[in-house]
Amino acid sequence: MRLKIKNGRIIDPENNIDQTGNLFIEEGRIVGINKAPKGFKAEQEIDASDQIVCPGLVDLCARLREPGQEYKATIATETAAAIASGVTSICCPPDTIPVIDSPAVVELIFQHSSNSRLSRVFPLGALTFGLQGKTLAEMDALKTAGCVGVSNAYAPIDDAEVLRRALEYAVTCEITVHLYCEDSSLRNNGVVHEGPISTRLGLPPIPETAETVAVSRALLLVEQTGARVHFCRISTVRSIELLADAKLRGLDITADVGIAYLHLTELDIGTFNTDCFVLPPFRSQRDKEGLRAGLASGTISSICSDHQPHDADAKSAPFSMTEPGASTIEMLLPLTLQLVRDKTLTLQQAIAALTSAPARIAGINAGSLSIGSPADVCIFDPEASWTVERDSLLSAGKNTPFASWEMIGKVTQTILGGNIVYKN
Amino acid sequence: MTGNNIQLDTKGRLKHFLTIEGIDRSLFIEILDYAESFAAVGERAVKKVPLLRGKTIANLFFEPSTRTRTTFELAAKRLSADVLNLNILSSATKKGETLLDTLQTLEAMHCDMFIIRHPNSGAAHFIASKVAPHIRVINGGDGRHAHPTQALLDMFTIRKHKPDFTTLKVAIIGDVSHSRVARSEIHALSVLGVPEIRVIGPRTLIPNDIESLGAHPYYDMNDGLKDVDVVMMLRLQRERMRSALLPSEYEYFKRYGLNEEKLALAKPDAIVMHPGPINRGIEIDSKIADSERSVILQQVSHGIAVRMAVMAMTMGNRSGETQ
Repeated sequence: MRLKIKNGRIIDPENNIDQTGNLFIEEGRIVGINKAPKGFKAEQEIDASDQIVCPGLVDLCARLREPGQEYKATIATETAAAIASGVTSICCPPDTIPVIDSPAVVELIFQHSSNSRLSRVFPLGALTFGLQGKTLAEMDALKTAGCVGVSNAYAPIDDAEVLRRALEYAVTCEITVHLYCEDSSLRNNGVVHEGPISTRLGLPPIPETAETVAVSRALLLVEQTGARVHFCRISTVRSIELLADAKLRGLDITADVGIAYLHLTELDIGTFNTDCFVLPPFRSQRDKEGLRAGLASGTISSICSDHQPHDADAKSAPFSMTEPGASTIEMLLPLTLQLVRDKTLTLQQAIAALTSAPARIAGINAGSLSIGSPADVCIFDPEASWTVERDSLLSAGKNTPFASWEMIGKVTQTILGGNIVYKN
Repeated sequence: MTGNNIQLDTKGRLKHFLTIEGIDRSLFIEILDYAESFAAVGERAVKKVPLLRGKTIANLFFEPSTRTRTTFELAAKRLSADVLNLNILSSATKKGETLLDTLQTLEAMHCDMFIIRHPNSGAAHFIASKVAPHIRVINGGDGRHAHPTQALLDMFTIRKHKPDFTTLKVAIIGDVSHSRVARSEIHALSVLGVPEIRVIGPRTLIPNDIESLGAHPYYDMNDGLKDVDVVMMLRLQRERMRSALLPSEYEYFKRYGLNEEKLALAKPDAIVMHPGPINRGIEIDSKIADSERSVILQQVSHGIAVRMAVMAMTMGNRSGETQ
């Protein structure tokens, strides 16, 4: 199909484009910006006046709960929520049941996601077998099966020798390691940031050092092994300093932050609000400001949803008996645009953090409007406002800490491989 | 999401009793005054009043407790209520029944009030947010969060000896980090206007942010006890202790155990309190526990009166209605 998206403000950070004009799509690929290819005759036109046209968003971490936890969500429900939120590419971490540590599980995920024909799904394989932190996973086989990176998800690797060898083996397989840093002994079964809230509510605390000690250890091992490591879900300002330092010394590392961490702090837990039980925990106001500054400076290049849909029971118990994680993918774009209104980021930076930067980290052909690239496009109205209502969320997970928040910015159409797959 | 305000009704009256936070001074004093009238009941030959006749109160204890459960039970019986004791450690939840299933089963048995003791912080709030509207919930201790009836009975006891809270220096000694009692005491002392609240213990047992609750940390017993009017010892909860927090009981007693020498630093008329059960020789020297400075046994008997008051008030009774 030949498609013309006309009169939109086209923003493509990868190619440093920000101009009002037309975008031309043919046979699932971008074929022109402003200038139509010779003989191009649109079969369909989309009027994008007063709207922003950008690459489809790339989310480095969203849990789809399949296989194994279909009672929470499925690839079908979550990719539908994603596509309505402008997200056309999703990396899903390996903590499914069974774990993504064999090509068979990768195959199953590809099968289910191609059935749904919504967002593209890119699995991350396991770094260690069963995520147990003891023996290496078959990284080469996982890569061959289609995994775009390896990760131990939230499971800790307590043994530094195992982490060292896992990084070395990842170098051998030329695969990126998505590393979540938590020292499980310092976390000590904690559930909230160690600060005024943990003291007031008497909830087991997670000190800042549970993250920073693990980040430091990982940085030294990256230096030793030369592994390509992406640091996931950074939550403290102190970690940002460590990462910035390491980058200055020439380490080839990247980092991301979950969208909710740029808006919420420990104080949002209020009186045991289980929707705010997340890992890493929401931290102090100072950390929140530091994460925003880290994005602005480029130490953190990417924002992900860290979407974790849950069934109602998972959040319905005394705080520390509930399951961590928040349903966030539908708020990813508007809450990132909020950073522009707050003068934290420019619009270009904000869109880069959702498109070109995560695509580069995942090493996938997405996140840009370059001529010849897959025509995954997100069209949104930057001024349209809407209110988050739990029951109106498309995700099967209604566990959002943003219920009743006003969002500004709404996706109007999503195009995947040249086809209009969502229209509001 | 559950807020503190769920323990008060729209008129600001006690509906549940979950935490001291959010109880203002006048309501606090009202509860203490009401408890005075019940204290007298305990002295009579017939120790019963008919206020809660026909009501069923369920003691839901998800962790072991003798003292708290017994005083709640006695309090309920003196108010003429029927009491159901459920030791849930050994029953339903082990069979995979969720907390909510257990509650619904009890609701179906037409219970009117749940007394909750649970190892997780926030359990009482959670339950209060889920029960049917006619059911009252009283927190008998949740995790490290709150033990509000203990704080009430301790304030009741202090008031007997030191009626003016606004001139007091109070020290709380021991494992503050893991103590729901300490958190509730700090809130209660603040509400009643105590100008100087100190917490004393090793850094491993005092939260870094304790000043955010309005308490000043001391790591040396000799500095912390100087000129205090009330010495509140905490139980060293050995079952909660992690191995990295303290080297030995011997060393703990040496630094933070209360003996005559250390007590001499407090005001000459300072009283000594302990929520019980006491670890003699670990937190407190037997000589002091049994001395006239100790009000530990008074605390126990006040516990019944205070719990009667809270139960009666949450069920809609008011001061002056004891008969």
